[in-house]
Amino acid sequence: MPPLLSVAGLRVGFDTDAGRAQVLDGVNLEIGRGEVVGLVGESGCGKTTLARSILGILPRPPAVIESGRIDLDGTDLLTLPARAMNDAIRGRRITYIPQDPLGSLNPVFRVGTQIMELMKWKSPDGKARRGRWPGLFTPYPHKRRRADRARVLEALRAVQIPDPEAALRKYPHQFSGGQRQRLVIAMALLTEPRLIIADEPTTALDVTIQAQILALLRRLVKERGISVLFTTHDLGTAYELCDRIVVMYAGQEVESAPIDRFFAHPAHPYTRRLLESLPRPDGSVREIPGEIPGLVHPPGGCRFHPRCPNAGSECGEHRPPVDMPEAGHALRCYHPDPMEPPR
Amino acid sequence: MYLLTFIVKRLLWLVPSVFGIIVITFVISHVIPADPVRLAAGDTATPEQVAALREELGFDRPLVVQLWYYVQNLVQGDLGESLFTGRPVVEDLLGRLPATIELTLVAMIFSIVVGIPLGVVSALRRNSLLDHVVRIVTVSGLAIASFWLGIMLQLAFAMHFDWLPLGGRFDGFPPPTVTGFLLIDTLIDGDWEGFGNAFSHLLLPALTLAFPALATIVRFTRAGVLDVIQSPYVLHERAMGFPPSVIVWKYVLRNALVATVTQIGLLFGILLAGAVVIEAVFDWPGLGYYAVNSIVMSDYNAVLGFTVWAGVIYMLVNLAVDVVLVLIDPRRSAA
Repeated sequence: MPPLLSVAGLRVGFDTDAGRAQVLDGVNLEIGRGEVVGLVGESGCGKTTLARSILGILPRPPAVIESGRIDLDGTDLLTLPARAMNDAIRGRRITYIPQDPLGSLNPVFRVGTQIMELMKWKSPDGKARRGRWPGLFTPYPHKRRRADRARVLEALRAVQIPDPEAALRKYPHQFSGGQRQRLVIAMALLTEPRLIIADEPTTALDVTIQAQILALLRRLVKERGISVLFTTHDLGTAYELCDRIVVMYAGQEVESAPIDRFFAHPAHPYTRRLLESLPRPDGSVREIPGEIPGLVHPPGGCRFHPRCPNAGSECGEHRPPVDMPEAGHALRCYHPDPMEPPR
Repeated sequence: MYLLTFIVKRLLWLVPSVFGIIVITFVISHVIPADPVRLAAGDTATPEQVAALREELGFDRPLVVQLWYYVQNLVQGDLGESLFTGRPVVEDLLGRLPATIELTLVAMIFSIVVGIPLGVVSALRRNSLLDHVVRIVTVSGLAIASFWLGIMLQLAFAMHFDWLPLGGRFDGFPPPTVTGFLLIDTLIDGDWEGFGNAFSHLLLPALTLAFPALATIVRFTRAGVLDVIQSPYVLHERAMGFPPSVIVWKYVLRNALVATVTQIGLLFGILLAGAVVIEAVFDWPGLGYYAVNSIVMSDYNAVLGFTVWAGVIYMLVNLAVDVVLVLIDPRRSAA
C-alpha cells in the first residue's frame, strides 16, 4: 500500500533582501496510514515551512516552491488549484493543530461560533465544494447544523472539555491554555481528516499538561486511524507521541527511523549530537560545536558537513544518497557513526 | 448586566466633565477683552445705559457668582438668553440642532460605509495601485483644510458646472417638520422632488466634512487589518480552510474594527468642530453657523450654550463608542 502522504524532492526558497534563502533543500518525507511521525530539528531548520507547504498556506511571495511533489493519496497537492485545495483538502483531508493555543482561537468570537463555522464548511456530511453564494451569505442548512452540533458536543467530550454546551457559549479567554489546546485538537479531529499537521502544539504549555494532552492526542488519532505529522524541537515530546522520527537539519532531512531504533541506534552524526545534547541528569548540556549555517549561502552537499567530525571531502560536494541500513531506517550520510546507543 | 452598570457609571462621570467644560469656557469667554454689554447696548448707548444693562445682566458681579448663577440655571435647563437674538439660547440651539446632526450623520455614515471597505481592500492588496491611490487620497484628506476644499467644490460644482446649489439647506418652503431632518421629512411628506432638493444641498457640505473623517477611517482600518492578518488565529482559520471571504469580512474585520471604532468616537468631535467652519462656508443653518455668529457678536451666552451642547454630545458619542467596543470585543468587559 502506498503511503498516505509522500513529499519528494521539495525545494522551497524565501526571497529576502540578502537573496534567496534555500529553506527546504530537496526534502523527502513519507507518512503511512495511521502513522504518527515526529519531525524533529532545531528552530529554523524548515519544520514549519514543510508543514505549511503541505497545508498549502505558505505566504507566496516571499516563499517560492521551486520543485518537488507533495502527494496525498495520489493527488499532487502542488498542482491543485488554490480553490480546490481550500475547499476539498484543507480542513477536510488535512487539518491543523496550531503552535500557540493561547492565540489560535479568535478572541472576539464565541468558541461555538468558530467551531460551527468550521463545521459549516468542513462537516463530513457537507459538500466539499463551495456553492455559488459568496461565503458570508451561504446558508447553513438547519438539519445539517443540528447533526453537526451533536458531533461537536461529542468531540468536546472526547477531548475532556467539561460541560461542552456551556463551553460553546464562552469566549476563548475564558478557558485555560490547556483547555484551549483541547479545543483546537477537537477542531482538528471533528472533520474526520486523514492527516493532522501538528506544529509544535504543546510548546506553550507546562510539562504535566503537555504530557496529558499528548497522551490524549495519541489515543484519539490511534482510535480513528488518523496520520499525524508532529513537528517539534523537543525529542522528549516526540518520544511520547510518535511511531517514527524524521530529523531535519538546515532544510535537509538526514535520518528517519522507527522510534525504538531511533533512540537505540542513531546513525547520522547530527542525530547523535542532537541526542547527546539533551540535558543530562546532572544538569549539564553538551553543545554541538559550530553554528547553524545561513540559508542564503548554505554549505554544499550535506549541510551538516562543516560541523561534522566524520566529514570527508565528498560530503561538501554531493548530498549523500538515501541508505537503508535496516527496513524502515533511512539515512543520508557517507560516514555514519557506528550504530550503538549514544553516550 | 455588566454593560448597564458600565453605562450608569459613565453617565455619572458626565457631570464633573460637563462642569469642567463650563468652567473653562466660562473663564475664557470672560477674560477675553471684548465687552459683550457694550456690543449688546448698541453704538448710541450712554455710559449710564451701559452700566445699567451691565447690572441687569449681572456682569458687574464677581466671576464666581456669575458662574454659580449660570450653573444654577443650567440645571433647570436654562442656558440664558442670547444677547443678540433676545431669545432663549436653548430654543435657538434646539431649532438648529437637526440641521447639524443631519449634516454630521450623513458625513459620518458616508465615511464609515466607504472608508471601512476601502481600508480592508487596500490592506489586502498592499502596495498595489489601488493602495497607492488610496494612500494619496487619505493623506490629502488629512492635509487639506476643509474650508478650502469646500470653496473649491463650490467653485467646481456650483459655479463652473452649476450642477449643485452653492449653499443653504433647501430651496422654497421646507416640508412640515416631523424629525427636523429634511431628508426624512420630505420622504414622510411623500415629496420626492423635495428629497432631491434637500439631498443636492446636503451633498457638497457633507462630502467636504466627510473627507478628513474618511481618510482617518481608511488609515486605521487598513492598519488594523494588516495587524490582525498576521495573528495566529488567522493562520489557524486559513489552515483549516475557512473560505477567504469569510475570514476577511467576518473574522479579521471584527478584530480590526476595534481601532477604527475608537477613532470614530474621536472623529465625531472633529466633525462637530469641522461643522462650525463648513456650515459657515455653505451657509448651512445649523449649530456651527450659529456658533460662528455668536463668537463674532460676543454673544457669550450663546457661545457657552453651544460649547456645553457640543461637549455633552461628544461625551455621549464616546460613551456609545465604548459600549460598541465592549460588544465587539468581549475581553473588555472583564477589564
